[in-house]
Amino acid sequence: MKTAGVLVAIALALALQTSLARFVVGGTAALDLVLVVVVYVALTTGPVTGMLAGSIAGIIQDALSSGTVGIGGLAKAIVGFAAGVIGQQFIVTAAFPRFVMFVAATIVHAALFMGMYVVLGLKEFPSPWAAVLSQALANAAVGIIAFAIIESLPGAIERRKYRRSKR
Amino acid sequence: MAVIDIRRRTGYLFLAVIVGHVILISTQVTTKRGVPMLEAVVFGVFSEVQRGANGMTMGVRGTWQDYFALRQVRTENEQLKQELGELRVRLQEERNLAQQSQALQKLLDLKASTTLTTTGAGVIAGGASPEFRTITIDKGTREGLRTDMAVIAPAGVVGRVIQPNTRAAKIQLLIDRNAAAGALIERTRAQGVVVGTGADELRMDYVAGTADVKVGDVVVTSGIDGIYPKGFVIGQIQSVSRGGGQYSAIVVRPAVDFTSLEAVLIVLAPPPAGGDSGGLAATGGKAGADQDRE
Repeated sequence: MKTAGVLVAIALALALQTSLARFVVGGTAALDLVLVVVVYVALTTGPVTGMLAGSIAGIIQDALSSGTVGIGGLAKAIVGFAAGVIGQQFIVTAAFPRFVMFVAATIVHAALFMGMYVVLGLKEFPSPWAAVLSQALANAAVGIIAFAIIESLPGAIERRKYRRSKR
Repeated sequence: MAVIDIRRRTGYLFLAVIVGHVILISTQVTTKRGVPMLEAVVFGVFSEVQRGANGMTMGVRGTWQDYFALRQVRTENEQLKQELGELRVRLQEERNLAQQSQALQKLLDLKASTTLTTTGAGVIAGGASPEFRTITIDKGTREGLRTDMAVIAPAGVVGRVIQPNTRAAKIQLLIDRNAAAGALIERTRAQGVVVGTGADELRMDYVAGTADVKVGDVVVTSGIDGIYPKGFVIGQIQSVSRGGGQYSAIVVRPAVDFTSLEAVLIVLAPPPAGGDSGGLAATGGKAGADQDRE
């Protein structure tokens, strides 16, 4: 059930990501919804699921973006694994630690992703810091909102049920 | 259950995923030389494995060749020695055949040069006793051989048939102590009788002490014995001495090397009494003809 949920989340993220492609700024996507899903999965379920989710989602994203298949998958797998380990070792339930986690995950992902492209001589990324930072902030914001929505969702349903029963 | 086990081994799983991605990336990325990175990496890694395997193989092979295979080398060495021995024997046989061929060629030349009816024969045995200087040839009565037929060789007179069998014949050599032949000295035409001594030399008897005889004179058959055709070389005078009587004591060195006879010619048709043989050699034949004219 959990696996199916992860796969659905990835699929939805990819669908949204591709539909939001027009918001690309300076050659770098302003938002990486797939990465947000991967970090979320890693923080909520652990390193293995995070890694596998990152791997699958990254490979699909690579395939869809006509890049070198595997580089995004590798970067996301590492990030998912690391986020999962950190999520297990530290308490990351408050908004700020989650914000930091999303920012850090985005920066590490960008470093790995761009680093591998540069090392392999496949692509150059001149002055990517501004774009990476903006993406990190955007991802963190979306991630925090996603956490808040998903965590408040069961309580809202319960409250709604309760109100209907009082009427 | 298995999934749970894998999930518990997080480190291994993480490593497997990383390696999987690296392989996936490597299949698509090429090196600066245009070779796919996966191919380059696999080749680079595997070449080291190959190098190691080759080194190990060569080491084992070297050890095997240097030590264990020596047993095989020893066997091979013995086999080669045996082959070498066989080849040496074969070489000697070939050399022998070549020499025989030369001897037969000379005999063939002799046969062609003489007008006598002859047949060739090979020597198959020597004398059974040193007291009797005989040889055995491979032709007998079946080929028309009869007693007292003359036996000659390219170098000169050999002897006569004394015991013909169906397929072989015994030849009395001229050096046998019971052998004798009518002879004359080619240069002076002085006649006598050459007799065997049982040794490797001949004696010429009944040559007058007044006859002109010198060392080195050639002695040929005279043909008067009815056995040996006239004009065939017997040998050269080795020494001459005045005997006590009216005859000279003359020692003749045979022209034929009786120790190395391999093939001979047998004169089938007896020569006419006192007639010329038609010439064995230029010297002998001419000598005979000259005597006829005289």
